[in-house]
Amino acid sequence: MKIVVCIKQVPNTTEVKFDPKTGTLIREGLPTIINPEDKNALEEALAIAAPLGGQVTVISMGPAQADYALRETLAMGAHEAVLLSDRAFAGADTWATSYALAKAIEKHGEFSLIFCGRQAIDGDTAQVGPELAEHLDIPHVTYVRRIVSLDEKYVVVERALEDGYEVVESTLPALLTTLKELNVPRYPSASGIVTAFDEKKVAVWTAETVGADPAKIGLKGSPTQVKRTFTPSVKGTGKILTGTHKEAVQQLVQELRAKHVV
Amino acid sequence: MTVIIDKDKCVGCNLCVSACPFAAIDMVNGVAVINDQCTLCGACIEMCSVTAIYRDDEVEGDECSPQSYKGVWVFAEQRQGKMLSIAYELLGEGKKLASSLGVPLSAVLIGANVTEMAKDLYAYGADTVYLVEDKELELYRTESYTAAFVGLAKKYMPEIILMGATNIGRDLAPRVAGRLVTGLTADCTELGIDLEERILLQTRPAFGGNLMATILCPVHRPQMATVRPGVMKKTSPDYGRTGNLVREAYHSRDVKVRTRVREIVKEMGKVVNLEDAKVVVCGGRGIGSAAGFALLEKLAQKLGGVVGASRGAVDAGWLSSGHQVGQTGKTVHPKLYIACGISGAIQHVAGMQGSKMIVAINKNPAAPIFKVADYGIVGDVHQVLPLLIAALEENTTRGAD
Amino acid sequence: MDFTLSKKHEMFRTLFQEFATQEVAPMAAEIDESGEFPWVTIKKMASLGFLGLPFPKALGGAGADTLAYIMAVEEISCACAATGVVLSAHVSLGAHPVYQFGTPEQKALFMVPQAKGEKLGAFALTEPNAGTDAAGQQTIAVLEGGEYVLNGTKVFITNGEVADIYIVFAMTDKSKGLKGISAFIMEKGTPGFTFGPQENKMGIRASSTTELIFEDCRIPASNILGKEGDGFKIAMQTLDGGRIGIAAQALGIAQAALNESVRYAKERQQFGKPIGTFQAMQWMIADMGTEIEAARLLVYRAAWLKDMRRPFSKEAAMAKLYASETAMKHTVKAIQIHGGYGYMKDYKVERLMRDAKITEIYEGTSEVQRMVISASLLK
Repeated sequence: MKIVVCIKQVPNTTEVKFDPKTGTLIREGLPTIINPEDKNALEEALAIAAPLGGQVTVISMGPAQADYALRETLAMGAHEAVLLSDRAFAGADTWATSYALAKAIEKHGEFSLIFCGRQAIDGDTAQVGPELAEHLDIPHVTYVRRIVSLDEKYVVVERALEDGYEVVESTLPALLTTLKELNVPRYPSASGIVTAFDEKKVAVWTAETVGADPAKIGLKGSPTQVKRTFTPSVKGTGKILTGTHKEAVQQLVQELRAKHVV
Repeated sequence: MTVIIDKDKCVGCNLCVSACPFAAIDMVNGVAVINDQCTLCGACIEMCSVTAIYRDDEVEGDECSPQSYKGVWVFAEQRQGKMLSIAYELLGEGKKLASSLGVPLSAVLIGANVTEMAKDLYAYGADTVYLVEDKELELYRTESYTAAFVGLAKKYMPEIILMGATNIGRDLAPRVAGRLVTGLTADCTELGIDLEERILLQTRPAFGGNLMATILCPVHRPQMATVRPGVMKKTSPDYGRTGNLVREAYHSRDVKVRTRVREIVKEMGKVVNLEDAKVVVCGGRGIGSAAGFALLEKLAQKLGGVVGASRGAVDAGWLSSGHQVGQTGKTVHPKLYIACGISGAIQHVAGMQGSKMIVAINKNPAAPIFKVADYGIVGDVHQVLPLLIAALEENTTRGAD
Repeated sequence: MDFTLSKKHEMFRTLFQEFATQEVAPMAAEIDESGEFPWVTIKKMASLGFLGLPFPKALGGAGADTLAYIMAVEEISCACAATGVVLSAHVSLGAHPVYQFGTPEQKALFMVPQAKGEKLGAFALTEPNAGTDAAGQQTIAVLEGGEYVLNGTKVFITNGEVADIYIVFAMTDKSKGLKGISAFIMEKGTPGFTFGPQENKMGIRASSTTELIFEDCRIPASNILGKEGDGFKIAMQTLDGGRIGIAAQALGIAQAALNESVRYAKERQQFGKPIGTFQAMQWMIADMGTEIEAARLLVYRAAWLKDMRRPFSKEAAMAKLYASETAMKHTVKAIQIHGGYGYMKDYKVERLMRDAKITEIYEGTSEVQRMVISASLLK
C-alpha cells in the first residue's frame, strides 16, 4: 500500500514572544516544528504501512529550510521525502497550496491513502486537506479520530463531531485529515536520525518538475490576499484587588454583587 | 494582476522604495522597478506623489467579472432536522453585510424533509431560502452536499457565502471553494464590507491567534468565509417575516459519492455547553493537576456556570478538549468569566475577550491575563478559590436575610 | 572554527530534550525518593537506540557519534541524573570496552546485544581496598582447565545487579603489579557470581549500585578481554571515555540548576518585585551561566576529539573536573537562590545538589583528574 503524508513546517506558535516595549510579535528566532497534527498523520501512515510492507512518502511545500522537517519524518521512519520548493510557490493561500501539492502527488504516482493533519497551528484553516482532495478528485474525510478498518478497497473511520462522532466508510484512494486524538506520534529513533541525514536524500521538486500551471501557484494563483495584519487589541487594564487574599476576595464579591453579576 | 510603474511618470523620488514593506522596489537608473518580492499589497500606489504606480486589475484566467455575482448566502446547517444556532448567527451577520451592499440575504438549506425549517430562516432574516431536498441528503456527506451547494452557487452566483466553522462547515467549505476556484477564509471573527470595491473584509486570527489578519478575495467570486460558533450575534426572530423559496432538484445519478455514513454516535459526556454558559470558570496550567479542577467545579456549581480549560490544561490531559476555550477551542461570551491560573496568551484571550466581566486569579502579577481582566487577584488559585467559594456562600446567606 | 551544531546533531538535541521532558522528568522526583530503578525509561531508551548511540549500525548501534551520545547523557541528566548515569555507565563502561578491545566473537556475543539495548552493561574495577589505587586489586583470576576462576569482591558498581554483562578486572599475575591485571567479560547468572544489597546513596538514588561477589566463579577462557595483563590499559582507556559521559552528566545537572534558578528568580517576589531584579541574584546567575557554558565547551570538545580519533585523555579529565565542580558549586548556589524553599524536597534543586556530588567522585575523583591533567602538562 502506498501512502502519502502531507506535512507543513510551522513556527512553534505556542512559544511566541512579544516585544515588551512595542507589544509587537517577535517572529525571529521562533523554533520551527512539524505541525503537530501532521505528526499524527505521519504516525498513522507509518503504523498502517508497517504490517503491510507499505511505502510512506512525505511531501511538504515550503522553503529550503523545510528540508529539516522532512528529515525528521525520515528519522521517524518515512521511506521517502519530497520538498516542493520554488520561489514561484511563495505567497500561496490554501487553494494555490493544495493545487501545488496535488500536482506533486500526481507526479509521484499511484497511492491508496493521503494523510494530512487537520490544520496547521500557524494558520488554523483546515482547508488544504479538503481542497487537495478536490483537486485530485478523490473523497476525503476530515476530523479522523480513529481508523476502524482498512482493506484494499475501503477505509472506515470515526470522524469527530462536536457532540460525538460518525462512522464513515470511504472508497480508496481517499484523503484523511487527522486529529491529535488519533494516536501518539513516535519519537524519531537515534538510528533513524542517522539514516535521515547520512543515508537518505530529500528530493526537491520545483513548479516545473511537477508541471504546475504558473497562473495557479504562489501569490498569483491565490484567490485570497492578506490586506493587513495587526496585533489584536485587548481590553484596558483592570483593577488589581490588593490586601490579603481574604480582603481581595471580599472586595471582589462586593463588586460582583454590586454589578449584579452574581 | 500586477503592480505597474509608469516609467515616464516616475520622477525617481524614492518614496515608494521606502514605503514598500517587502523590499520589492529597486531604483534602476533613476526609475523605480518592481522586483519579484512584490506581493501586490499596493502600499507604493498610495505613496506615489505623481500617480506613476497603478495596479493592473486585469483578471488572469477565466474568472467571471465580480460584478455579475450578487447577494449574500448563508449555509443553514441542520443536523437530523435540527437547525444549528450558527445558522441564525450567520443570518444575523449576513443581514448586516447584505444591507450595506443593498442585496438580498439568502439561506441555503440542504437535507431531507427540511422544507419546514425555511420559516425559521425567514424569521432570522433570510429573504430567500434555496432548498435542495432529497433522501440522499438526509445525512451530511461531503460529496453530495458539495455537489448540491456548488450547483446552486454556479446557477445563482452569490457574491458572498458564509458557513459555520463547525466540523461539517469546515469540511464542506473548502471542498466547495476548491471546486468553485475561489478563496475561502477560515474562522473569521469580524466581517465587513469595503463599499468602494464591494469587497468582503474578512478578519481572522492568524499565527496561533497572536496576530489578526484582514483577508480579501479581490477577484474571485463568490467570496467565502467560515465563522466560528458563538462569535456573531443572532437577531431576535420575527415569525411574521416570510420569504422566497427556491427549490432546486438534486440529481443523485450525476453525483459521485464515495463515502457512506455507517452510524452517528452521540457522546453526551463530551458536550460542554461553554458557548451558551452565563458563567465560565476556566483553569490553566496554574491549576497543576486534574484533581485541582475540583475546586473550579465547585465554584462553577456555586455560580451556576461551567468549567473551561486553557489549551495548556487540555494538553496536560487534565480536562478533555471539549472544555477548551481559545483560538483552537471554543469562543465564549458569558457575563462572568473567571480565569484561574491562566497566563493569558493571546490564543486564549481570543476565545474569551467577549466576556462581559473578566476576573483573573494568577500568582504571577505580570501575567498578561491581568491586562484583559476587569478584576484581578494576585495569588495562588489553591488559596484564593476556597476563600472565594466561602465568601460567596456568606454573601448568599446574608442576601437571603 | 565553527561552533554550530550540524542539523543532525540539532535533531538529536531536540529528540533528547523532548524525551527527557516527557519521559524522564515526570518520574524523577518519585524515583529519587523510592530508589526504584527506572526500567520503563531504560526500555524506552533502548527501543529508540539510545543505548547504542555511538556504535556502528553493523554492530547493533545507532551509527551516531560520541557527541550525540554525550548530548543524550546531558539532556537526560538535566531531567534525572540517576537515569543519566545508567546510560553513561552502560555505553562508556559496559559496552565500549568490548567494542574497543573485544574479538569479533565477543562483540557479536556481548556488545551487539548491548548496543541494541537488549542487555545492560556495567564495569567493575573498584574494590573495598582499591579505589583510586586501582593497582591494589585483590580479585584474583586463575586459569584452570580452559576456564578462569574468579574470587573477590567489587564495590560501588553502577548498574550492579541490573546489568547483564560486566567487565570485571582481576589479578592474573600479582607479581607484575599493574601489568598483572586482566579484564574479563562476566555474565549475570554465572554460578558463584552474586550481588550485595543495594547501596543507600545520597544522590542518583534511582540508579543501581551494589557489590559484586565472586566465589569460585568460572568463566570460559575466551571471556578474557584483550590478553592477560591488558587489564589496566583497558581500564584506563575506558575511563577516559567514561569521563566524558560523567562530565556530560554533571553538565546536565548544572544546566538544570540554572534553569530552575532562572525560573525561580523571575517568579519569586520579595520587596514587591521579582528577586531576579536584585543584583545579588543577577551575579549568581551570570556566573552560573558563564561557567556552565565553559563546561559545555570543554565537554563537547573532548567528545569531538574522541570522534576525530585524536588523543583526548587530558581533555576528558579537564572536562570531567570542571563540569563536576561547576555542577557542585552551582547546585549549591541554586539552593541559595531558592532560599528556604530550596532546602525542601518539594523543590528540584535539593535533589540536584545531592546528585551533583557524586560527579566529583566516581570514574576518578577530582584529585585523580588533576593528577591526569598535571601529568600530561608536566610531561
